[in-house]
Amino acid sequence: MFTLPEIRSALETPAIAEETTTSESLDLPWNVIVHNDPVNLMSYVTMVFQRVFGYPREKAEMHMLEVHRKGRSILWTGVKERGELFVQQLHGYLLLATIERTQ
Amino acid sequence: MEVFRRNGSLEITEIDPFLAELLRQIPPSTNPESIPAAEQRLFTSPAAPAEKELCAEWKLYVEPELRRHFQSATEVVSDDLRQLDQDEKSLANATLCIPHEHADAWLNTLNQARLAIAAKFDFTEAELSDHYHSPIGSRRDLSLFQVNFYGFLQEFILREMECSPPSSPNE
Repeated sequence: MFTLPEIRSALETPAIAEETTTSESLDLPWNVIVHNDPVNLMSYVTMVFQRVFGYPREKAEMHMLEVHRKGRSILWTGVKERGELFVQQLHGYLLLATIERTQ
Repeated sequence: MEVFRRNGSLEITEIDPFLAELLRQIPPSTNPESIPAAEQRLFTSPAAPAEKELCAEWKLYVEPELRRHFQSATEVVSDDLRQLDQDEKSLANATLCIPHEHADAWLNTLNQARLAIAAKFDFTEAELSDHYHSPIGSRRDLSLFQVNFYGFLQEFILREMECSPPSSPNE
């Protein structure tokens, strides 16, 4: 049993058993990014986006044009393991793709 | 040269000796081993260098798998190209049939070849957009023509595939 002064003291100055920090790398999602490459055909890149991500043609074309005009496009955001698999598939089609931590 | 679809195959007809030679050059053009720039382009890093662990694991486990995948596609194309193994006189009327189920392998191999050649010669975006560049001149001119010719074939195959899309190569 705790005495009333002990309880009061604990409430006023709670003891910290151990300070812990959350690893951001575990929590933050990752981006799958495709970078521009003038050799890859626009129609080919669109087809790859449709196949790898299952995007409808319009969405795949929008990302393809973003890659073409801005140099890169974030195709997908989520857990690292799934992102790595997407990057592997994109490399299988010879697209310039990377996985990056979100800021 | 004419390209069209017949009985579930893609057909390239009336291939003259020059274009036949360009087609035969597809598989050897994919080999980047003697060209560091091509090797670098075909096997790029999956992340920034700061992601050391990820990059190291990729090199160890994923890159060999990608090499096998590319090699397997190239072998399919090499087999199809045996149709062109005739004496030079008959090549004027040569026909190349690409079975529909080989379309993915062709797309991949053509892309390997285009990327490797473009990396080797460091073609600019302006050069790559010049689709009417004459192949007559330097080795560079011929290689640029080669990249554009292979791109034309890719476009054709892609258009034909839209009719009945095949499965993903990594599935």
